[in-house]
Amino acid sequence: MQEILQYLFSGITNGAIYAVIAIGFSMLYNSTELINFAHGEFVMLGALCMVTFFGALHLPLVVALVASIVCIAATGLVFERLAIRPVRHPEPIVLIIITVGASIFLRGIGMIIWGKDAHTIPSFSAHPPLDIAGAKLLSQSIWIIIILLATIIGLQLFYKKTLTGKAMEANAISKRAAWIVGIPSKMMIMLAFGLSTAIGGLAGVIIAPVTMSSYDMGTMLGLKGFCAAMLGGLGSLWGALLGGFLLGILEALGVGFVSSGLKDATAFLLLLFILYVKPGGIISAASAKRF
Amino acid sequence: MIINSQNTRNRIAYAVFLLVIVVSGYFLENLYYLQLLTFIGINTLLALALNMLMGYAGQISLGHAAFYGIGAYGTAILTVHCHFSPWLALPAAIAVAMAVAYIVGIPTLKLSGYYLGMGTLGFGMIIHILFREWSSITGGASGFIGIPPLELGPVSFASGRNYFFLVWGCVLISFIACQRIIDSRIGRALRAIHDGENAAAAVGVNTRALKLQVFVLSAAISALAGFLYAHLVFFISPGTFSFIASIRMVTMVVIGGMASVWGALLGASLLTLLPEWLHAFSEFEMVVYGLILMLVMIFLPRGLFRGLLDIYERTLKKNTH
Repeated sequence: MQEILQYLFSGITNGAIYAVIAIGFSMLYNSTELINFAHGEFVMLGALCMVTFFGALHLPLVVALVASIVCIAATGLVFERLAIRPVRHPEPIVLIIITVGASIFLRGIGMIIWGKDAHTIPSFSAHPPLDIAGAKLLSQSIWIIIILLATIIGLQLFYKKTLTGKAMEANAISKRAAWIVGIPSKMMIMLAFGLSTAIGGLAGVIIAPVTMSSYDMGTMLGLKGFCAAMLGGLGSLWGALLGGFLLGILEALGVGFVSSGLKDATAFLLLLFILYVKPGGIISAASAKRF
Repeated sequence: MIINSQNTRNRIAYAVFLLVIVVSGYFLENLYYLQLLTFIGINTLLALALNMLMGYAGQISLGHAAFYGIGAYGTAILTVHCHFSPWLALPAAIAVAMAVAYIVGIPTLKLSGYYLGMGTLGFGMIIHILFREWSSITGGASGFIGIPPLELGPVSFASGRNYFFLVWGCVLISFIACQRIIDSRIGRALRAIHDGENAAAAVGVNTRALKLQVFVLSAAISALAGFLYAHLVFFISPGTFSFIASIRMVTMVVIGGMASVWGALLGASLLTLLPEWLHAFSEFEMVVYGLILMLVMIFLPRGLFRGLLDIYERTLKKNTH
């Protein structure tokens, strides 16, 4: 019982992280129908920025968090402006190669700036782990879940309550119709990139204390976040949330009860399963609510 | 008449290709360059395999390193654990790859676009994890050692020159075989699927069967490349067949030029040589590599082979006006 609870806790923590990454993927796909293979690299940059701002420079938590996210969002905006917008024939295969090229590029940048070593930083707060029925819940796990919830609420408010958010949603539904009523579509796409990469950076920021951050951590995290987004239903916020937690919990239980070698395979087995059975994801596109 | 001239042109191209292979094989003394050219040959086979699937049939695969790995691990397991002759292991490994491609292809090829990319990616990752984790058979993450060199009667392929001829012989045969398929009725049907699957089905192309066949063919050529790789380096490890390897294969096809066998040769050569040249940049290697990928795709989205051809034809037109 205690064991199961412990696995469940680690599953929920990882699941929340996958969910944050999946939300970034999903909202970008929703706005631009593009899958950003460099998304994991933005997570990596977020974690490493936090290593510098929080770990090395000892800035206050909030300042470090905001500074990291601003850096990543700026990188995302530059990436969209220089590498995505000039593409004349935006076919999936061309965009896949460009974003893969960007991921190699960013990984190289990460290696040059932070070196090849792995870095760790202290948890956001120094509280001891909570003891629940014999299982331990790290304080950072609580931080991660709080930040996930804050992200979701923030996104919902942004899309439902602000003019910019509504314009972005309109642009995602139909670029042409949005353009006719005067919404600058290029600006909206750029904004979507900035927001999506900022959320990716946020995912990096919150996992920096619970993992070893290094320049090559992004690929696997990006792919798993992607699996989570597909599992729940690409383009749906609640799908990303559901997919993330499902993946995290099943992965943790797989490690606990089957074999630790299976950890990375779980995500891809689930991905194949959902693609074969219900390609639209659990909350499939037809019934999916947009952001 | 047009078809004839196309045929003659093809024949001349292959004759020149054969000549270049023979001449460079006999006159190159530097073993390092021979080895590098042998690697280019193996990568050309991979690019050709994926080009049949992506360039002609328009079906993306982000997990093709799996078939490359099945070829390599297949022959390694059969020759070392089961004491097969490598020449018996070759058809066995290719058959396994084809069978896997057939079974996986049935559900996967129903998908399209990003979803197909993701399905093949998931498959590739699972096979990669299998190579890494099934350590009692594959040697696990530390790799598989002791793969025997190839021999055929008195001829040993352990030397660089003989292996060079073996690999490029395979490349030449695969090129001609693929060119024959492309120029046939099946080739036209494949291109029809590329341009519009529903339209192809409407005019009577059995799209499902054909996509599956080209997937299986592509897996077979990739497994051949894996076999050649394993007996060249005698040591294989899962890292060679990872997600990055699959991406590198796609990059070769796209950079070289889709729907062109010569584009496959160009892309494989460039992407094999690029890391060698980039060593000069030492720690900036990855940055430059990523930058080149992005720049080529932004400015020449049809690949270097077609892109440069287009620029050449445009300047030719300008000059005649």
